Amino acid sequence: MATSNPSVFLLTVNGQIEGANFPEYDDLYCKYCFVYGHDWAPTTGLEEGITQITRKNSQSSHRLIWNFPLETTFKSTNPSGWPQLVVSVYGPDVFGNDVVRGYGATHVPFTPGQHTRTIPMFVPEPTWRLQKFTGWLLGRRPEYTDPKVVAQGEGREVTRVRSQGFVTVSFHILTKDMKKMGYDIGPSSPANSASVTSGWSTEEQQ
Amino acid sequence: MMHNVCSPVLQSKGESLQQQEASFEPASRLQGLRDRDTVTRFDREGLPNAEEAYNFFTFNFEPDPPDGSERSSVKRRKQRKTADRDEDRGDEAEEQEEAEADEENEEENESEEAPLVQNEEEDLFVIDQSPQDFLEVKKAVYIGYQNHIQRESEHLFTPSFRTPTSVKLPENMKPRYLEDEGLYVGERPHVSLTNENILENRILKMEEGMKWFGDDGRIMALPDPIKESSTRPPLFHMEEDVDPSLQTVYRKALKSKYANLYIAGAADPEGDYQLDVDVSGLIFSHHPLFSREHVLGARLAQLYDQYLTRQHNNLTGHLTDKLNGLRSALRNMLEIHGGQSLTQAMQQRFSEYSLEITTRQLRDSEQEKDRTLLKNIVKVWKEIKALREFQKFSNTPYKLYLRRENVDRASDEREHEDEILAEVVELEAESEEDYQKKLAEYNKQLEEWKLWRRKQKAKKKKKKKKKKGQTHEDTEDEDQEASESEGPVEEGPPKPEPPERLDFDSIEQQVREKASRIRRKPGEAILIPELSASGNITASELCPSETARRQDVARRSLFIKILYNDKEVSRTDSRSLNTDFRVHFGQIFNLKIVHCPQSINLQVFEEIGSSCSLLARVFVPVPEPSVVTGNVPVEEYEFSSNQRVMFDHEGVGSVPLSFEADGSNKQTLLTSGKLSCCVSWGIGEDDVPLAPPVSQQPGGIHGLGRLDAVTYIGASGLYDMKKIGEWATQSRLDPNDPKNASIMQLVASSGEVTAPEYFRLEHLQEEFNFVTDEELERSKRFRLLRLRNQEVAEFRNYKCVPALEREVTDKVFQEYEKRLKEGEIIDTKEHLDSHRALVAKYLQKIRESVINRFLLAKHHYILSDLVIEEEIPSIILGLNLFKLAEPKRPLKPQRKERKKVTAQNLSDGDIKLLINIIRAFDIPIRRPQSKPGQVPQSAIQSSDWFLNQVQVRPFVEVSFQRTVLQTTTADGPNPCWNEELQLPFAPNGDYSNASLQSVKDEVFINIFDEVVHETGVNDKDRGKSIHSWVEKHWLGSVKIPFSTIYSQSRQIDGTFKVNTPAVLLGYSKERSHGANGGYDFMRSLSEGTFITLFITMEPQLVPGETIREKQFDSQEDEHLLQASERFEREAAQGYPDRPCVSTVIDLNGKTVFITRFIRPLNPPQEFLDAFPNNPQEATALVARFVSLIPSLPDRVSFSGACDLWSTCDQFLTLLAGDEEEHAVLLCNYFLSMGKKAWLIIGTAIPEQGPTAYVLTYEQSRYLIWNPSSGQYYGQYDTFCPLQTIGCLVNADNVWFNIQEYTTPMRLSLDVTKANLWKPFFSRSFSHPGLSSVQPEELVYRRTDKAAAAELQDIEKILKEKIMEWRPRHPTRWNRYCTTTLKQFLPKLEMSRGQDVTEGHRHELQSLLGENRISGFPLHLPFSEIRPIVEAVYSTGVHSVQASNVEFALAVYVHPYPNNVLSVWVYLASLVRT
Repeated sequence: MATSNPSVFLLTVNGQIEGANFPEYDDLYCKYCFVYGHDWAPTTGLEEGITQITRKNSQSSHRLIWNFPLETTFKSTNPSGWPQLVVSVYGPDVFGNDVVRGYGATHVPFTPGQHTRTIPMFVPEPTWRLQKFTGWLLGRRPEYTDPKVVAQGEGREVTRVRSQGFVTVSFHILTKDMKKMGYDIGPSSPANSASVTSGWSTEEQQ
Repeated sequence: MMHNVCSPVLQSKGESLQQQEASFEPASRLQGLRDRDTVTRFDREGLPNAEEAYNFFTFNFEPDPPDGSERSSVKRRKQRKTADRDEDRGDEAEEQEEAEADEENEEENESEEAPLVQNEEEDLFVIDQSPQDFLEVKKAVYIGYQNHIQRESEHLFTPSFRTPTSVKLPENMKPRYLEDEGLYVGERPHVSLTNENILENRILKMEEGMKWFGDDGRIMALPDPIKESSTRPPLFHMEEDVDPSLQTVYRKALKSKYANLYIAGAADPEGDYQLDVDVSGLIFSHHPLFSREHVLGARLAQLYDQYLTRQHNNLTGHLTDKLNGLRSALRNMLEIHGGQSLTQAMQQRFSEYSLEITTRQLRDSEQEKDRTLLKNIVKVWKEIKALREFQKFSNTPYKLYLRRENVDRASDEREHEDEILAEVVELEAESEEDYQKKLAEYNKQLEEWKLWRRKQKAKKKKKKKKKKGQTHEDTEDEDQEASESEGPVEEGPPKPEPPERLDFDSIEQQVREKASRIRRKPGEAILIPELSASGNITASELCPSETARRQDVARRSLFIKILYNDKEVSRTDSRSLNTDFRVHFGQIFNLKIVHCPQSINLQVFEEIGSSCSLLARVFVPVPEPSVVTGNVPVEEYEFSSNQRVMFDHEGVGSVPLSFEADGSNKQTLLTSGKLSCCVSWGIGEDDVPLAPPVSQQPGGIHGLGRLDAVTYIGASGLYDMKKIGEWATQSRLDPNDPKNASIMQLVASSGEVTAPEYFRLEHLQEEFNFVTDEELERSKRFRLLRLRNQEVAEFRNYKCVPALEREVTDKVFQEYEKRLKEGEIIDTKEHLDSHRALVAKYLQKIRESVINRFLLAKHHYILSDLVIEEEIPSIILGLNLFKLAEPKRPLKPQRKERKKVTAQNLSDGDIKLLINIIRAFDIPIRRPQSKPGQVPQSAIQSSDWFLNQVQVRPFVEVSFQRTVLQTTTADGPNPCWNEELQLPFAPNGDYSNASLQSVKDEVFINIFDEVVHETGVNDKDRGKSIHSWVEKHWLGSVKIPFSTIYSQSRQIDGTFKVNTPAVLLGYSKERSHGANGGYDFMRSLSEGTFITLFITMEPQLVPGETIREKQFDSQEDEHLLQASERFEREAAQGYPDRPCVSTVIDLNGKTVFITRFIRPLNPPQEFLDAFPNNPQEATALVARFVSLIPSLPDRVSFSGACDLWSTCDQFLTLLAGDEEEHAVLLCNYFLSMGKKAWLIIGTAIPEQGPTAYVLTYEQSRYLIWNPSSGQYYGQYDTFCPLQTIGCLVNADNVWFNIQEYTTPMRLSLDVTKANLWKPFFSRSFSHPGLSSVQPEELVYRRTDKAAAAELQDIEKILKEKIMEWRPRHPTRWNRYCTTTLKQFLPKLEMSRGQDVTEGHRHELQSLLGENRISGFPLHLPFSEIRPIVEAVYSTGVHSVQASNVEFALAVYVHPYPNNVLSVWVYLASLVRT
């Protein structure tokens, strides 16, 4: 199957959205999606999804656990526009309206192996105090028009945000044919070449 | 723990407090107490403690004398302490409390402290000393002013005096003024004298300060770099008019030769270069520590060296051999010719002879040198020997042996004698020759002299004769002659002396003398000196006077620093100086180099103890790349130092020194020596020299070698201007230096030398480039990526750029390149007229720039683009509640808002265009076929004919993107179809907003009349059969551009005026029955056919967002812009459906206030002249002219980006614009014609959306003009297309409609009423006097009749097209009819297509006789050929199927000024009946 002259390289992202740390909120769920450049295309797996609602432990722990699996494979010709995972966390406010509790994004790690990422989350701030009040009252907090804007840099200068919490994501990354196409990602040793013959290179991160 | 200090009254309270606290106290604090029960503690210890404490404190507070109390108290405390310690060890808390208590005491009684501390064994109390104990308080000391100054003068330095020159120069040196010596000295930068003095004084105080002063005793300074006048040309930045000579010209950056000082390829591991520096050793030819013997020894060695080299060269021997050879050759020659003196031979002999002379002289001098050298060697050796004897020890190991080679005396003498004889003979011959020459000379001179004598005598005689009797004239002549001859009398040649013949004896004498001087005497042994260093040096113990010197020598050591490009790279080990003053290093340094070699410098350092001093510098040339390690001999480089050294021991030092006893014959010996080293390029592993290529050593050689022009280019090259120029650039001559003036002039005149005119900020940038720019340009993949990033239309959403270069095909770029090419070439087929072609190109350019601006603006985000936020609740929200209470009216259904669909989710075939054709009014009706000659009597017909006549059977055909659908056929002139047609829409697969907006297709809605013809064919067998065929006759059309439909957020709903041709053959426009005479005027205005339509798209698309116009920059005043924003915002809030415009964007993309566009402008003069007496006609003509300028919606031209307003002159140049431009132009014309005119911003039916009309006030009536059709309507005209009036604009103000209604009919158009019209400029914000953006006057080009005639080609094109559209049928053209039609067209133009006389129709019909004719003239403003073709196609004339049909087509183009053209196309089909 492995051709000698590949025209695309593959990136498999396995992992899970492990959980979050939002000290003030409870009953949260998380939406995720991948944002990638023009030269990327998903081949298998879900590009976006939504987790179950989780509650905190009644004990003191602040952790919210989702353990929501991610499994996607991308093919690409160009590392530009490397996939980013965009997560947005929602949960009910005092009146029971679903409001956004945080947006965050991280690049999918480049190097094969296991990685854990803790994504700091933030939400846009209302422009006026009054809006803050009415927003709270009506359960309509400011939201991004598209959660994907957190993966782009353009236009962010007009927004103001507030930090909210953290989401922890773990990734298991496999790549194929990247080296053949001339992209050397991270630590790869001659010892690694044995696994290259199988087409997939995995390397445990030390 | 303040409770212990409390008074005893509070004790119990304090205890309870303590108790409380104990429970709260942290565990660590109580660790010491853990073992014990707290209760017992209070029982036992609490009470006595309190008592004691009470005593203690009360005691302290008493004013007791210190000496009595202190001891007892301390004792007591000590007692208590010891007691306590038994009970509660480790109760530190308690103790600390006490310590605190002590502190309290200290404050009261300081004197108690000292003994307390001394007595106390514990350190605890030592810590508690207060800072006051160390302070000493004194009163401020006054220091007198004089003292102050004195003290300051010790530390401060006030350099105000001028430093004398002598201080600034080394001792005993006179200032040297280079300028006086004729050297070039640049002008020094100006420094004020005071500052200079300060600086000089400061420098003089500094260490090594002297080196800052030049030879002339002034501080060294570079020439003043400041130019007197500014070299940059002044920039007068007026508008855009930059002086053409100051226009910046783009020059591609050139690769500088010197920009790259690094060796290319040095970065990669294979390309490192290695320079091997081998420092083998050092020999001093003089050193300050030389003893006298050393000096002599060194001289001896030097002389011996010289001797050896002379021996080696053996010049004397060579010259002797040569001389002998010459002599024998001469002898042979003489023998052959036997003494005959042939002229040629003689000459040859002479030349050779002269050569021989020089050879002999050379040999003699060489022999003499040999002799003196030998003599000197012997002499020096003797001196050494004498010195050794004198000082009774030897310091040097030199020994000179003189080897004696005995010779055969007899032969030697003979040889010697022969030699002398030969020389004598030669000299004799030579002198003989000389004598002969001189003799000849003498004889000649003698002859001359004699001649002169004779003449003289003769003259004297003559004079005597003449003086006796001669005429005056003669005497004059004679006088002259005499005076001539008299001159030479005095200056006559002296009598020559006869040459002396040299005495042969004296010659021989001379020769012998010389021989004895320069040659060894005959029979004397040949002396061969041999120098050896085998002698013994006397040990130091034996020569006490020498010890000091030898010790000094032993103390010294030397090392060498290697400086590469003036940076120290390494140094040798330090080696001690030997007694023979030779130092051996023998070290090889491998320098890995990155920079180009420029200089290699070895510095010799001498170390005495720990201090070291620089002895000398040796500059080693950079080797050629061919010089590699292994094949280079070690070379010796001489060095010397000019330091003066003197010693008090035997060392001679480096000072003038005399070896003579009387001190005469002083010699200055300076430290000097030879350094043997070699520099070469290293060799790599595979024998590759690690040297950079020659071309990359720009700086390496020019340091010294290139400055000399001759060595650089060679003597022959001096005539080559180019080479000189090259040399001049590379040696970097100082162009200011007068020395170089001539050469610079020379070079400048040939234009070869130019100083680099650029400044490179990052000259190392190239080093970091991946690949060269050309390669980057060539890369197709990179190009693709770049184009995508630039959002070029073709690549905007290109997916998956191939990973490898080879996978990118050229095909990808084809379309893009084609478009680029098309931009350059103007398709002349599309544009018949070159002017319009240019305009099209210009428009394209504007469009591109606007799109670019738009794309740029798209990247500017505002908050609402990114964040959805709840609006601040407003009162409008509350109003929605009231809507619920509105009465439901099921019989008047309202169209409901549908859900909007974003364009992304669409695919082909999803979008449909829904066209609901409801009804039409006033469709022309068929005219009964009148027989030729029959007089049409409308009066008779009108009653009965009207009722039973099949008037017209109209149906509607809708064509869009060449899809044609039609309705059913209805009856009568006012049909009602109420049908919905669905047209598919295919926007080329791209559903983005930009692409949808740029769809230029138009929806044509044509009304046809279905005519059924029946022909009875009498077939005798089968009876009568009827053939019928259907013909459709075009009656009129409405066209709506797709962009209008798309941009309308809801739908298009309304009644449209149908464009009907001016003349419809076979049809007539019937007035509504019961025509009322009183309405006649109004009727004529409303004449026309109307159709009610409803058009929308399914699904409803979100229209492209309108660009935020405010993001464009502006030159308007900030206040004005704010006011305008406020005005528009208020208008939009109060009346959201009324368009309000106060600022617009001009063609440059700048925001301009709208009133600036209004200004009276002159219409073409010929219009005014055409109807001098009828202003109404002129007005109509002007309106027609404006309407003839083709209309081009901005939305189409600028892809919906924005609405751009062009000024009238731009509009007339572009000859394209939308309603605003038409309206502005018309309004300006009206103003110049003296009318009261306003611009109406409102909405109208066909345009659907904000549009502009013109309002005039004439004869106490308001007229509304449609600028794109040239028609006018009264205010109360029901069919006026203008539906809403939002605001009125004139040059002074903008009025916004704040009345209840918007339709013109129900409005009061009196703008002076402030309660009906809200003015922009009011008393609170007055008109700031905005100047107009319009030109003062419009200049028109004359009508070009010829150009118009050329356009008659349209006829040919159209005919071809019609034939093309009828591929299965022959198309016959009725030429007769065509010519007839052609005559009508100019008439139609004259009458502006309005009141068509019945006459010409009859005329036509009478001419064409039995042909059934149906046809019409089409009238179009000319823009390009395509719309005309489209219009002709949409009429469907070509689709007549009848076999015997003939066509007629005539085209007439009427030119108006400024290339505005009116095109008439007369189309007719004829069927022979």
